[in-house]
Amino acid sequence: MPITLDEVRHVARLARLELTEDELRAFQTELDALLGHFQDLQAVDVTGVAPKPHAVALQNVLAEDVARFGLTRDQALANAPKSRAGLFLVPSIRED
Amino acid sequence: MSEYRLSVGMEVHAELRTQSKMFCRCQVAFGGEPNTRVCPVCLGLPGALPVPNREAIQMVLRTALALNCQVPVDSVFHRKNYFYPDLPKGFQVSQYEETNPIGYHGHLMIHTSKGPKRIGIKRVHLEEDTGKILHLPGGGSGVDYNRAGVPLMEIVTDFPPDIESAEEAREYVAQLRQLLVYLGVCDGKMEEGSLRCEPNISVRRADSETLGTKTELKNLSSFRNVFLGTEYERRRQIAVLETGGTVAQETRGWNEATESSYLMRTKESEQEYRYFPCPDLVPLHFDRADVEAARAALPELPLAKLQRYQDEFNLSPQDAQLLTAERPWAEWFEAAVVAGGDPKAVCNWMNGDFARLLKETGQAAVIPGVESDTEGREPARMSPEILVKVAKLVADGTITGKKAKEVFEKAYMTGDDPASMVEGQTQISDTDFIRQAVADVIAEHPDPVATYRSGKGGVLGFLVGQVMRRTQGRANPPMVQEEMRRQLDETS
Repeated sequence: MPITLDEVRHVARLARLELTEDELRAFQTELDALLGHFQDLQAVDVTGVAPKPHAVALQNVLAEDVARFGLTRDQALANAPKSRAGLFLVPSIRED
Repeated sequence: MSEYRLSVGMEVHAELRTQSKMFCRCQVAFGGEPNTRVCPVCLGLPGALPVPNREAIQMVLRTALALNCQVPVDSVFHRKNYFYPDLPKGFQVSQYEETNPIGYHGHLMIHTSKGPKRIGIKRVHLEEDTGKILHLPGGGSGVDYNRAGVPLMEIVTDFPPDIESAEEAREYVAQLRQLLVYLGVCDGKMEEGSLRCEPNISVRRADSETLGTKTELKNLSSFRNVFLGTEYERRRQIAVLETGGTVAQETRGWNEATESSYLMRTKESEQEYRYFPCPDLVPLHFDRADVEAARAALPELPLAKLQRYQDEFNLSPQDAQLLTAERPWAEWFEAAVVAGGDPKAVCNWMNGDFARLLKETGQAAVIPGVESDTEGREPARMSPEILVKVAKLVADGTITGKKAKEVFEKAYMTGDDPASMVEGQTQISDTDFIRQAVADVIAEHPDPVATYRSGKGGVLGFLVGQVMRRTQGRANPPMVQEEMRRQLDETS
């Protein structure tokens, strides 16, 4: 298989996914198939085809700079697993 | 110890002065109660769709042009993926790739002790700011997303870096800040985090071709800290190398209190951010005509102003520097010159008494009816027209320089016409009047007169002073001096 188990483990860590050995192997097979599709795509000759920045033919869809009220604090915090003093509570972040 | 060379790449993040956020219309402001300026878009709730802020894009375009950058025809937004609690969506919308950002391949000229120096700019791109993490007493961290999604412009210097000393690093940041404030795109308040500098610092032996391993320094909230932090890292890295160690690539924080750096987190590698074009945002397209219109609409930039004040108004570099430091101050000066003021006289009043009075009263110099102060300070009553009137009263000899200071201060406080203040107190330049006053003083002070005539010219000042006293300071001093000398010499 072109993708190693360590690479799957690394991608899982970046995605903050905790996977069992069985799951890692299952994903290895699935990711391998997925990468296979990209190899098919890479085989297509695109000489002379300009890269398209987006799938839809729109550009400069912009909004005017006028401030509007969004959510109340209670609404904003309604789905938070934990909150305190108007803040979203998260596990302790230590940087120093 | 071997000779070492320093290389500094600089990343500057500037919060844009828009009314609303980058991809939603929540208000942009400093401080306030946490999580009161949020909505489904900036909280990253499912299904919410972003729409870019037109004004933010214009601001970055203006900055890119002022920094002599290329502007692409098409530009897209990318997602930069990483997990951190201050990033509600799990990605930050940013701009990746060499020639995709709104500005790329530009430069900024800075002054250095060795003359002007060109600092290459790699890119100027638009992204969104993160929320703020607060460490709570008793453990745990809380997140405030008021700042999440505020338009953030990132300006990155070229690689390999042009900045080669801590002085140049400070100067670059100072001149970039001045430029951004001139352009009206950022308030430049480093202490509030509106402008954040992150130097990448490395050293190498003078004979080495390849750059050394760099460390990135964060939390530099002033020009002074940019200087101190860069210099500290230079010394720290040299010490590591001199003792046979190797410099680790890492992000370090700056501790203002101890004036030293400390190890922060190790970050993801560029590849691990998994940049890809954001499917929720359609591309930006820059018509050449629009780009040229934006270029033509740029204000006169600080460096050009500095040069013009010396060439056109014959001001010294120091005077020109003081006048052009801030755009409203420079525009006030220009309004006074337009009102008929002599540039040097206006300059002296502004950088002298006017600056002092503004500082004492906490007021701002504002051109009436043209601009209001961005800091929300009370506008001073002094107008360019009033200052010019005071300067003219001195220039045509109506009042003495000393009296003028008094008049200026009164006009500053009241905003009244200086001409009305000097009625009955104007300087007297009438020849007959001065001749008589001098004659009277000579008659009343025979001893000093004799002293003068015995060859001790130093007493002249005393006699002139007596005339000034007799005329309540209103006699024209140079005329008094001349007349006094004439009468004393004539009759001796």
